[in-house]
Amino acid sequence: MGPGSIIVRNLNVRFGEAHVLKDVSFMVGSGESFGLVGESGSGKSTVLRVLSGLNRNWEGVVEVDGMPLPQRPEKAFFRSVQMVFQDPFASLHPRMTIDAILAEPLAIHGLDQPDRRIERALAEVGLDGGFRFRFPHQLSGGQRQRVAIARALILEPRILLLDEPTSALDVSIQAEVLNLLQDLKLRLGLTMLLVSHNLAVVGHMCSRVAVMKLGRVVEEADIDSLRKQGGQDAYTQELIAASRRVALASA
Amino acid sequence: MTGQTPLVEVSNLRVRFHTPTRIVEAVRGLSFTLGREKLAIVGESGSGKSMTGRALLDLVPWPGEVLADAMRFKGQDLLGMSGEARRRLRGRHISMVMQDPKFSLNPVMTVGRQIAEAYQLHRKAGKSEARDRALAMLEDVLIREPARVFDLYPHEVSGGMGQRVMIAMMLIGEPDVLIADEPTSALDVTVQAQILDILEKLVTDRGMGLIFISHDLPLVSAFCDRVIVMYGGRVMESLPARELSKGQHAYTRGLLGCLPDLDRPVRRLATLQRDDSWLQGG
Repeated sequence: MGPGSIIVRNLNVRFGEAHVLKDVSFMVGSGESFGLVGESGSGKSTVLRVLSGLNRNWEGVVEVDGMPLPQRPEKAFFRSVQMVFQDPFASLHPRMTIDAILAEPLAIHGLDQPDRRIERALAEVGLDGGFRFRFPHQLSGGQRQRVAIARALILEPRILLLDEPTSALDVSIQAEVLNLLQDLKLRLGLTMLLVSHNLAVVGHMCSRVAVMKLGRVVEEADIDSLRKQGGQDAYTQELIAASRRVALASA
Repeated sequence: MTGQTPLVEVSNLRVRFHTPTRIVEAVRGLSFTLGREKLAIVGESGSGKSMTGRALLDLVPWPGEVLADAMRFKGQDLLGMSGEARRRLRGRHISMVMQDPKFSLNPVMTVGRQIAEAYQLHRKAGKSEARDRALAMLEDVLIREPARVFDLYPHEVSGGMGQRVMIAMMLIGEPDVLIADEPTSALDVTVQAQILDILEKLVTDRGMGLIFISHDLPLVSAFCDRVIVMYGGRVMESLPARELSKGQHAYTRGLLGCLPDLDRPVRRLATLQRDDSWLQGG
């Protein structure tokens, strides 16, 4: 498969005694949005950490952006795959200005015209230049998450990994950030892998989803078929039921 | 409920913070009564919902100031009460489950000892009795191996487990009123349902009053009896929880509108348009 795609076949990860990913397999096409759902501890984030090269201890076959993922990826690899983390209060350095936060990946990868790139990245996520010389604590949660997205996009990646990008945000801000991600995906043709425990969020963003439980993928399905026929696996059905139970009956 | 003194009565509660440049008003004129029921306070961050809970417990941090026309617990005036008397109410009669277990548990004490300590303090009990009660309480909040978890430190438990440990600690004193500040937002949906069952049982069996602070409207609508919707420290709307989806106020409608729904796919989520006039008047 071509650039921007992800292939994972029989991925296994062990942390000492704990076998946290067991024969995980799935494929994400170029430009597709794919969701990973499951409860905490099911291994969703570990999958992202392997794909982003943060976890180097894995077995199996992984292809990212059309190339086999080595155990120790080279610097250029990290340009093509970027990650946005859950908690924008923890993922931005408190002593660095937004400008410094965005300049760092550019310096690491030796990209030219940092000024222009920083301005463009901020504009892309809907922040004006006035934010450039502020510190993270001067920003709201939604604005910080926008900065985190700008930091990921500034390297012009083809694949964006999103680890619960909106679960720390208010619902109104969540809607804004999800809309922003949709716009960016369409405009930049990004491949997105979205991890969430919220099936409604995944359903809104993605076309296909893999359901994980205790380190295994128990089901992979189209969102449409989940919506219409429910899941095959008992756990998927439980997740759908839970999501419907809390959906407002007659909104 | 008629003829009974309500558990909590609050009238025109205001919480202010004096800063060098201006006065920040976190809560502006909130009134409610709480019986043996589940009352929800919903709103976004900064709406003043957590400060309301803290004001009831006398836990508003300096330089905050709490003003109210009346604030009573079971008929006792809280405003005129000494700090010492307020402290005695805290934990034993009114307790609060905080939002984040990472910051609210003592990092250098095992979780079991923290729960037992709460029991010893409030019930004047001996060590071994407190230990037994703590273990039973851990089991009540559905922790699978209470004896093992008892000896773990907070950093060794997961977020969901930490949340349950805090709930156990707050419930062990058997309070009359429990203020739960986003008690389930860190939990998986399946565990969340179990924790809600525990709270539900306490309200129906023991007649506890529950103030459930949350930004999760669907959850609140399914779980609570009444809902107060707050924005900018002000009450926008107060209505029966089941009718939350029929809320009339523009803010309530806006919050409901921006939720994604599995069964109603939309191309773009609606975003909330805020209106300054919501904060005027009253």
